[in-house]
Amino acid sequence: MIGEWLDIGPVGQVAPGTARTLPVRGGDEIAIFHTLEGRFYALVNKCPHKAGPLSQGIVHGSVVTCPLHNWNISLKTGEALGDDKGCVPTIPLKVDAGRIYLRREAVLGRQAA
Amino acid sequence: MNAPANFKQSGPGGSSAERLVVIGNGMAGCRAVEEILARDPGRYAITIFGAEPRVNYNRIMLSPVLAGEKSFEDIVINAPGWYADNGITLISGDPVISIDRATQTVVAKSGRVEPYDRLLIATGSDPFIIPVPGAHLKGVVTFRDLDDVERMLAAAGKGGSAVVIGGGLLGLEAAHGLSLRGMAVTVVHLMPTLMERQLDEAAGYLLKSELERRGQTIVTGGDTAEIVERDGQVAAVRLKDGREFAADIVVMAVGIRPATGLAKAAGIEVERGIMVDDHMVTSDPAVMAVGECVQHRGTCYGLVAPLWDMCRALADAATDAPSGYPGSVTSTKLKVSGIDLFSAGDFSGGDGAEDIVMRDAARGIYKRVIVKDDRLIGAVLYGDTADGSWYFDLLKKGEDISEIREALIFGQAFAAGGALADPNAAVAALSDDAEICGCNGVSKGKVVETIRAGACSLDAVRSQCKASASCGSCTGLVESLLTLTLGDEVASGPKTMCKCTSFTHSDVRRLIHEKQLKVIPQVMQELSWATPDGCASCRPALNYYLLCAWPGDYVDDQQSRFVNERMHANIQKDGTYSVVPRMWGGLTNPRELRAIADVVEKFNAPMVKVTGGQRLDIFGIRKEDLPAVWADLNAAGMVSGHAYGKSLRTVKTCVGSEWCRFGTQDSTGLGVKLEQLTWGSWMPHKFKIAVSGCPRNCAEATIKDFGVVCVDSGYELHVGGNGGIKVRATDLLCKVTTEAEVMAVCAAFIQFYREDAWYLERTAPWIERVGLDYVKSALFDDPEAIGRLAARFRHSQSFMQDDPWARRVAGEDAELHQHLAEVRPFVLETAR
Repeated sequence: MIGEWLDIGPVGQVAPGTARTLPVRGGDEIAIFHTLEGRFYALVNKCPHKAGPLSQGIVHGSVVTCPLHNWNISLKTGEALGDDKGCVPTIPLKVDAGRIYLRREAVLGRQAA
Repeated sequence: MNAPANFKQSGPGGSSAERLVVIGNGMAGCRAVEEILARDPGRYAITIFGAEPRVNYNRIMLSPVLAGEKSFEDIVINAPGWYADNGITLISGDPVISIDRATQTVVAKSGRVEPYDRLLIATGSDPFIIPVPGAHLKGVVTFRDLDDVERMLAAAGKGGSAVVIGGGLLGLEAAHGLSLRGMAVTVVHLMPTLMERQLDEAAGYLLKSELERRGQTIVTGGDTAEIVERDGQVAAVRLKDGREFAADIVVMAVGIRPATGLAKAAGIEVERGIMVDDHMVTSDPAVMAVGECVQHRGTCYGLVAPLWDMCRALADAATDAPSGYPGSVTSTKLKVSGIDLFSAGDFSGGDGAEDIVMRDAARGIYKRVIVKDDRLIGAVLYGDTADGSWYFDLLKKGEDISEIREALIFGQAFAAGGALADPNAAVAALSDDAEICGCNGVSKGKVVETIRAGACSLDAVRSQCKASASCGSCTGLVESLLTLTLGDEVASGPKTMCKCTSFTHSDVRRLIHEKQLKVIPQVMQELSWATPDGCASCRPALNYYLLCAWPGDYVDDQQSRFVNERMHANIQKDGTYSVVPRMWGGLTNPRELRAIADVVEKFNAPMVKVTGGQRLDIFGIRKEDLPAVWADLNAAGMVSGHAYGKSLRTVKTCVGSEWCRFGTQDSTGLGVKLEQLTWGSWMPHKFKIAVSGCPRNCAEATIKDFGVVCVDSGYELHVGGNGGIKVRATDLLCKVTTEAEVMAVCAAFIQFYREDAWYLERTAPWIERVGLDYVKSALFDDPEAIGRLAARFRHSQSFMQDDPWARRVAGEDAELHQHLAEVRPFVLETAR
């Protein structure tokens, strides 16, 4: 049970409306988002379009706009919205007693084999 | 079962009642007992242990007690008689300290041992104390039980000031109570939005404004560093940013955590809460748990409504008629008199979820309902919560709302009437004297008359009769009237700013001034934004408009800035950044060049390039390295080149009269002065300047936003040029004779562009839209105009000319450049 979730630290580290990054050695960097409505989400930090760093986009509602070409990506599902097609993997996240946890297998499962 | 049957005591209803011991004399424990008694009064011999030395009371009514609206007697649920009448043994003031599951007994603090056949844990939750220095000082209280309330009342009796840490439901209710009791109250909340778990940004803003209007000081984004002591008592609360607020009492209301200690020590399965199944039974079949101490299907509840559902399921199971608890959908109302606020369900938006937003600025109302797959999944109401219970009912039942969708946001009365299923029909049914626009007092008859007289677009109606020209919340009604009156002949108006609003850029700029709108959530509320927090188009635009309108007052919203302006560098396709230090007028020197060369080597920058604007661009810098790069460049005297901003980019120059045999004036010297005048200013779009020393125009001044061409007799000033997608040569604005005049006209022209153009409109399309004559007339018709505009520009610049790189080097916004952490998988490490 101990090992199921990775403790990423206190929620205060990610200001609302912003994202912070979490590099994974041997795997894809993860972006952790905090929306203005107070929700947290984690996605692989790569736009499905041209791999732009989603963590650097403007967050509105539960959507992030990619900084490279303005694709809108759903933070809930990782899917591109509107007419754009593509999907970026999401990482299960929970907030408990003021700390952020990511599902360990989803973080480590992203490592290159 | 360990206890022999002949040990069983006689209960009130029979001789062989099982012994039920309840730990916790709170709302959950007592309600569970009530439910069991209602089903089978003779089933159990009941003993209740309570930690507090009093009977059971309604904890959620502590707020009205603090506020002086109720007394303790009013909130007692079960008076002593109830325990006696039902044969219940109440042991109050003697808390249980351990559970022995092997012998099925509990031990109380006094040493009393009580055997049980069934045990019910209802220990509730404990307030969370943030671990800062001073957290345990005298005068720091939580807000959990009557003792806390009494401590607060004692402090309030002496007057003075109170700091409440935590702007959630409980914290705000405590603040309200203390404020009514005459204390000066400051609320310190970590998040930028009050009650962020229940409210979105828009509603949180309205709540904050109202509380401030009532005299409370609300500090959002406040991270407590320390509670300051004086003579063993609290004296103040100090935040991490150094601010300090005096406090005679500090109320810590940052959250609760399930009280699981007893269960955990007894070896019962515990995660965040005590793990229970759908029948509220723990990992030990003889032990049940209920209330805020449990975790059911992954959720811990901190509200009262789920308790009732849990207690019903528990009583059903405990009386051999198991029904099962499926979990609860919760709703919240703030118990602060005069503030109507309601929140329920999921309001985080997202895929397939659609927001329906209604704002009525005049009455301070914000309503938002969230619909997904034809079902209501969430609601946030501020100012008018009359329909809260109706929405909550729709939400819990999961009813198909597709039939009433159009009218849903207007509430039950409208939706049930069915008339609004066709909004046009509903508007058609209004009488001629019905008020359409509350802000400007325009009736339906007046709007229709205006339309018949030739106003065939929304914009025309707005300008001719003012309907919908202020807050915009009646825009839908006016559009319906246009359709009803003109059919298909309605002219579509100018483009709105984005899908979040029915206003154009010009409207928004005008209204920001007229209504004195100072922050983004206020603009969105007052102008009836259709989305809760805007989009990637309108947020940056509003941020700019407010920055331009209120220089020095407006606090730049970093979350509304594009990545380049937030990171003060240009993002590249691989996610790295390029860095361009400022070289005034395109001039440089060995010291700067050495520093640049050193940076390139030190950070392994793969490329350095000379830009079109006469600067050096260092490529391939990682976001983590930016502050270190800037520190090195700052050390050599260089500041941000703003190559990333909707701002003054560069002033390009030729060498001019100092060296060139054709030069007529000192174009490099003038270029440096112009750059020193204009650097750092935020604009609607990027802005480029050039100064050429003679009409040969080596600095290409006639494709710049502002171009100076020096001639023998003085300076020709050109505007509106562009060398981008659509090449446009400048228009000649005027000719002047002195450098001072060049500087004044430059400042005035930029300020007029800043105040008049739409966000993301370069000077070229702006001038094509408004016409050169309009610009000339604004600058030259009134001889004072140049001076006024230039003065406003200089005033604004006095706040802008502050090197953003130096601030970052000094540590500002460090988190933008740092990773949260790094994951280094164990397996990978050992494989090396």
